[in-house]
Amino acid sequence: MLPTGTPAPDFELHSTPDQLLKLSELRNKKVILAFYPADWSPVCDDQMTLYNEMGKYFAKHNAQLIGISVDSKWCHLAFSEDHKFHFPLLADFEPKGEVAKLYGVFNEKTGECQRALYVIDEEGIIRWSYLSPVGINPGADGILNALEELDNVKSTN
Amino acid sequence: MTQLRTPVNSNDHIFGNENAPLELVKYGDYECPYCGRAYPIVKDIIQQLGDNLKFVFRNFPLSNVHPHAVSAAVATEAAALQGKFWEMHDIIFENQKTLEVEHLFLFAHKIGLDLERFKNDIQDQALTDKVEKDFYGGLRSGVNKTPTFFINGEKYEGDWSGTHLLEYLQNVLTKVSA
Repeated sequence: MLPTGTPAPDFELHSTPDQLLKLSELRNKKVILAFYPADWSPVCDDQMTLYNEMGKYFAKHNAQLIGISVDSKWCHLAFSEDHKFHFPLLADFEPKGEVAKLYGVFNEKTGECQRALYVIDEEGIIRWSYLSPVGINPGADGILNALEELDNVKSTN
Repeated sequence: MTQLRTPVNSNDHIFGNENAPLELVKYGDYECPYCGRAYPIVKDIIQQLGDNLKFVFRNFPLSNVHPHAVSAAVATEAAALQGKFWEMHDIIFENQKTLEVEHLFLFAHKIGLDLERFKNDIQDQALTDKVEKDFYGGLRSGVNKTPTFFINGEKYEGDWSGTHLLEYLQNVLTKVSA
């Protein structure tokens, strides 16, 4: 994975069938990148359903959550509508896994993203990352700790 | 091992012997089918372990997938104000497919609540805040799905179906009472 303290590589991917989202458009916000293996699979389902409840806790830290997998924009649309997600899912579909590779979290064997989290600050610098065993939902505590720490550091400067 | 960050306290709903050697905390969502499946399993555990067990239920409603989960949780908190938390908790899990407001009132009537008071109490923001506080405490303790169990403060990562959870608890009991 990419080390903390380094700039998060920019990318642009489909967030809906007719919209693209560029990471650098989210400067001035913290960004939580959640790479996950596959739409509809049980652990990813639990993980994204949990994160979907966290909008207001993330907003308190001026943070935006983004999910990324190699599923297509149409698959994401169905997954998102079914689960009523309030955050974007990006399709790292073509070339497959390009962004995941850029972030060092592509699993060549399965052709899917690993289950990995990055927290990026307002200036686009990686501040925290976590690689979870693929079968384990990492929950949200690690993200909340990272966001709190970032806000504390800022308020003491 | 993930720990329960908010220890069991006087704001919790506690069933059974408060000084029991085993403490089982369940983070649950009233509309979640897995929690519904866990409900009779926990009932059985409570019966089997008797005075050796203290059981605590905390709210972890996933409100986007389960739109009735928060109002059901608030209804149990309102019932608690009339001393009938567990009666409401039980009747909701036994009827978790019908959780519209009118059903909640029907349950309130069935368990013998003062309906006027119930109607006022469910609109009290303090009850919703309590449900949210449970949720946030769960997040910070690493709850990542429902149900999630903690046994004597440690997250239980194993299988809770069938008699697995009971057997695990019995093992812990042997250890702590040795």
